Amino acid sequence: MSLIEDPGPDLEQRRGRAFSATSRSFSDTPFWVCLGILSGTYVVLILAMLVAQASFTTPAHLFAALDSPEIRYSIRLSLLTCTLTTIFSLWVAVPVGYILARWDDTGIRTRLDRCSAAIRRWGTPWPLRWLRLFSGVVRVANPKLLLDALLDIPIVLPPLVIGLALLILFQTTPLRWFEDHVMPVTFAIPSIILAQFTVSCAFAVRTMKTTFEQINPRQESVALTLGCTRNQAFWKVVLPEARRGLLTAATLAWARALGEFGPILVFSGATRMRTEVLPTSVFLELSIGNLEAAVAVSLLMIFAAVVVLVILRHYGADPYPGRGPRL
Amino acid sequence: MITFDSVSIRAGGFALDDVNFTIPTRGYAVLMGRTGSGKTTILEALCGLRTIAHGRILVQERDVTKLKPAQRGIGYAPQDRALFQNMTVWEHLAFALSIRGIPTATIQARVLELAEWLGIAALLYRKPRGLSGGEAQRVNLGRALSFEPEVLLLDEPLGALDQETKGEMIQLLRTIRAKTRVTTLHVTHDPEEARLLADQLLVLKEGRIVTQPALEQGGAK
Repeated sequence: MSLIEDPGPDLEQRRGRAFSATSRSFSDTPFWVCLGILSGTYVVLILAMLVAQASFTTPAHLFAALDSPEIRYSIRLSLLTCTLTTIFSLWVAVPVGYILARWDDTGIRTRLDRCSAAIRRWGTPWPLRWLRLFSGVVRVANPKLLLDALLDIPIVLPPLVIGLALLILFQTTPLRWFEDHVMPVTFAIPSIILAQFTVSCAFAVRTMKTTFEQINPRQESVALTLGCTRNQAFWKVVLPEARRGLLTAATLAWARALGEFGPILVFSGATRMRTEVLPTSVFLELSIGNLEAAVAVSLLMIFAAVVVLVILRHYGADPYPGRGPRL
Repeated sequence: MITFDSVSIRAGGFALDDVNFTIPTRGYAVLMGRTGSGKTTILEALCGLRTIAHGRILVQERDVTKLKPAQRGIGYAPQDRALFQNMTVWEHLAFALSIRGIPTATIQARVLELAEWLGIAALLYRKPRGLSGGEAQRVNLGRALSFEPEVLLLDEPLGALDQETKGEMIQLLRTIRAKTRVTTLHVTHDPEEARLLADQLLVLKEGRIVTQPALEQGGAK
């Protein structure tokens, strides 16, 4: 006999109606209002900052800033270094992102397990003990995760620390020899590119990794069965599919490079008409109390960043714009 | 002819041991088995996408065990189709031929011939995003057949299609077989497909292949 009484059809019907009526009585409005308030606050903050800056300056200040040879130099140098940084970042981010996305260490782990098992069977003479220790460390440490975390370091490190690390790196003997015999880096234009590259590349790598992860690896497998080598499959199938991600990575790298200041200040210095990029100009103008010029340069940077973002987002919206049939 | 000679495959914790079967030249074999039993793994091993631990794989009496996928001459139509999203249907059908450096005129003729067979002539300048399930599967088949392979591997080609499209595809597979006489290994878990198409039935049970004669009314014959 059941301990719970049968509620009967009437009670069940009434319960059903009661439950459904309760669930219908909830409105989604508070949820959307909360979301709207939280996200709206941030949007309003950004807009307010832009409006405040824009209202602080006048067209006369802007034109005066543009007329200044120092500012013109820093605009030219910023454009040059940001473009070179973007090219170098993509050059590195594409292979690194691809390796991280496609690296399957299951095979390595299985082989290491077999190796350890074999060593256990053979006994443990001293060279094999080291091999067993190494395989155990690799098995536990997960080299893919370690590499992944290592590549994120430039993102999480304070910018000044990156600059300091680069400065100390170029005090080592091989790199001092490089500076003495090949070309000067520290406190020269190459140092700006290197400082920008160190940070921008990390963002480009992250973007390219995500892009390659979203491309179905079976497409490459099919390309291999159709007659491609691994290299051909990459250039003919994977890279065209990653076109949108490439644009996004380039945008991010360029924007990050344009705004980079901390590492440049430490590693390149802030010398007028020498290592002066736009953020350095803002810093130098502020340091001599010329607030109008600092704001004018800031507005130039905002304008440049917005133009680049809008252009690249527009072309990045369609993954394959303007593509016709191709044999 | 396709021969699996005492093949063992290891994939992480998954293993297939001592897999043996032979599919005669121009035969149409259907491989059945439960989900996760290793049917796709066998196809991948056959077309060179997965290395085998032991044994030999022969295609037309040629040992292909150590060959790369490109050297095996096997057309592979995967279950998820894996169409190239940035290419048109034309480019899919021309891809394998352009990789081989075939002259443009020959490629054009072959693409048009294939498109006619597969009933996708009107779709040649469309990209995969705009194709229905049945159309995408025809492109998948066309891409695998474009370079006239000796062996065709079909991984659940009729999965996720409605009943009407499935019927059309079965008819299409029969037509392809009649025209190309290509040795085919078709993976499915649907006994009805096997009944309609197979002249040899392979059943994967607990990591071993059991060969069975084709069910009656084999439509492939």
